[in-house]
Amino acid sequence: MQSGIFHSSYQKDMALRHTPAQKVRLLLIIVFLLIFPFLADNYYLTLANQIGIAVIGAVGLNILTGFTGQISLGTGAFLAVGAYTAALLAIRFNMPMWITIPAGALMTALVGGLFGIPSLRLKGLYLAIATLAAQVIIIWVVTHWDTVTGGVDALFVKNYLWFDGQQVRFNEFKFYWIIMAVAVLVVMAAVNLFRTRPGRAFIAIRDQDIAAEVMGVNVFRYKVAAFATSSFMIGLAGALIAHWRQIVTWERFTIEVSILYLAMIIIGGLGSISGSIYGAIFMTLLPAFLLNVGQSLGSAIPFMDRIIPFIQQAVFGIVIIVFLIFEPEGIAKMWRNIKDYFRLWPFSY
Amino acid sequence: MDQFLQLTVTGLTNGAIYALVAVGFVLIYKASDVINFAQGEFLLVGAYVAAFLIGDLGLVWPIGAVLTVIIAAAMGVVIERLVLRPLIGEPIISVIMVTIGLASLLRALVLGIWGTKPKVFPAFFPKNEVYIFNAVVTTEKLGAIAVAGVFLLIFTLFFRYTREGIAMRAVADDQQAALSMGISVKRIFAMAWSISAITAAIAGVVVANTLEVSGNLSAIGLTVFPVVILGGLDSIPGALIGAAIIGLLEAYTGGYVGDGSLSQVIPYIVLVFILMVRPYGLFGKEIIERV
Repeated sequence: MQSGIFHSSYQKDMALRHTPAQKVRLLLIIVFLLIFPFLADNYYLTLANQIGIAVIGAVGLNILTGFTGQISLGTGAFLAVGAYTAALLAIRFNMPMWITIPAGALMTALVGGLFGIPSLRLKGLYLAIATLAAQVIIIWVVTHWDTVTGGVDALFVKNYLWFDGQQVRFNEFKFYWIIMAVAVLVVMAAVNLFRTRPGRAFIAIRDQDIAAEVMGVNVFRYKVAAFATSSFMIGLAGALIAHWRQIVTWERFTIEVSILYLAMIIIGGLGSISGSIYGAIFMTLLPAFLLNVGQSLGSAIPFMDRIIPFIQQAVFGIVIIVFLIFEPEGIAKMWRNIKDYFRLWPFSY
Repeated sequence: MDQFLQLTVTGLTNGAIYALVAVGFVLIYKASDVINFAQGEFLLVGAYVAAFLIGDLGLVWPIGAVLTVIIAAAMGVVIERLVLRPLIGEPIISVIMVTIGLASLLRALVLGIWGTKPKVFPAFFPKNEVYIFNAVVTTEKLGAIAVAGVFLLIFTLFFRYTREGIAMRAVADDQQAALSMGISVKRIFAMAWSISAITAAIAGVVVANTLEVSGNLSAIGLTVFPVVILGGLDSIPGALIGAAIIGLLEAYTGGYVGDGSLSQVIPYIVLVFILMVRPYGLFGKEIIERV
C-alpha cells in the first residue's frame, strides 16, 4: 500500500492501477511487446515465445497453488493433455488451429477438474502426493495407449490450418503474435478473476478453509473450479506448445516440467499474477544465459561442454533453495521493496 | 510355482530397498514434519560414493561401505543445518520445494562429478544361483534382503533401547514436551536427517550391488511415496509392510499381467486408492478433519 493516495469512490478503489507511474509503465510494456518482434532475430523470438508459453502455464498454476493454496505436482501431465488433444485433433481430423487450441484447453480443464475431486478429502502434502500420482498415471496412459496417442513415438503436427481452412506457413514471428495474444488474454483474465466472487472465494479457501465454508463459500465446488480454471490455462499452454514446437513427445511433460513450473511461481511470487510473469521470464532466461556463458567459456575450459547441463541443473536447485531461505515471497516482493525504497527515499524506514 | 517364487524373491528384494529408503523418509517426517523429495537423491549419492570408493579407488568393501555411511551422515547434518533449519515454521509448499531444489542440486553434483555413464560396481555378494524348491534365485538378491533386514533390525533396536532413539521418539510425539524435558530438538532434527541419509546410502550400496549404478536410481525416491502412504506417513512398521506390499505387487503385476508394463504405475494406482479410502494409511495416526 502506498501513502498519499486516496480513493474517493468505489470505482477508484477497485481500479487495478492507481498512480500515473503504473499507467506509464503499462504503456511502455505494451509498446515494447509490439516493437520487439521487429527488432529481434530468430533466437530471441524463440526465447520470447518460450517465455510467453511459460507465462500462460505459470499464471494457471499460480491460480491453483498461489491463490487457492492447492499444491499441484501435475502441471507436466496437464500440459501433456492439452498438447496431445490439440495435436491429435489437428493430425487425425485436420482441424484448424483456432479449434484445436481451445479444445485442448477445454479437455485439460475437464481432466484437471476430475483430478481436483480428491481435494475434497485431501489437503496440503497429501494433495501434493495425489497430484504426483496423477502426473505418473497420466504420462503412463499417454505412453501406453498406443492406438490413440501413438505411444512413446513422437507426434508430428505439420499441418497448419487457419480460419478459412487454408494451409499457412508459420514461423517464430507469426507465432509470437498468437502466443502473446493468448498470454495477454490469460493475464488479463487472471487479474480480473480476483476482483470477482469466485476469485475472492479461492483466496478465502487458501487463507482459512473452515472460515470460508462458514461464510457461505462452497469449498468443494470452488476447489474443483480452481483446478478446472488453472488446468484450462495450463492446457492452453500445452496446446500452444504442440503447434509451436510441431513435435509432441511425452518427454516434454515429465515431472521435471511440473517442478519447473512450481519453481517459476515460487521464485516469482506465490499468489501474485505479476510474480508468475517475473518467475516465468527468470526461469526461462536463466538456463539460456548459463548456456551462453558456458559456451563462451567452452574454449577456455575443455570439459565445459560436458558439464553445462549439470551446471544448469545445480543452479536451478540453488536458486530455489536461496529464494526460499532469503526471499520466500519471490521476485514480486523484491520489486515492491525496491519501489518502496525509492518512493520513501531518503527517509526509508 | 517356480515363477511365483522367483517373483516373490524379486519383489522382496525391491521391497527391502524401498523399506530402507522409506524408513529414512518416515523418520524425517515424524521428527520434523518435512516431506523429503530428495530421498532418492540420497540413495544416488550413497551408490555413487560407494562405487567411487570401492570401484575407482579400490578400497576393500567393508572400509568403503563404512566411509560411505560416514559421508552420508555428514551430508545429512550439513543439509539440515544449512537448508532445512531456516525454513522451520514455513508453509508446506516452501518445505516441499526446498527439498525438490535440494534433489536437483544433489543430482547435478553427482552426475556432474561422475558422469552419466552407468558404472559397474564390484560385487561383494557372490553371484551364485541357489535353488529354492525349483526356482532359481541369485544369492545377491538374498544378500540384499539380508543386509536390509539386519539394518532395519538395528534401527528398530536403536529406537527402542538407546537414549538418542527414545529422545527421537519423544520429539516425534510432542515437540513441546520433549523440549521441556531437556531434549535438544534441533539436535534431534539433525540426527533424523543424518540417519535417513545413512539408510538411503545403505540402500544405495545394496541397489548398486544388484543393479548398475546410474542416474535412474533416484527414481526409487518417487516409488517411496506409494510405500509410505500405504503404510502411514508416520509409522515405521507401516513403512516396512508398505514396502513389502508394493515390492511384491510390482513383481507380480510385472510377471502376470499383460506385457508387464502395468507394474510401473500399479504403485501409484494403489496410492490414489489409499488416499481416497484411508489417507492416513494402514498404520498411520488418524487425523480427523471435517471441512
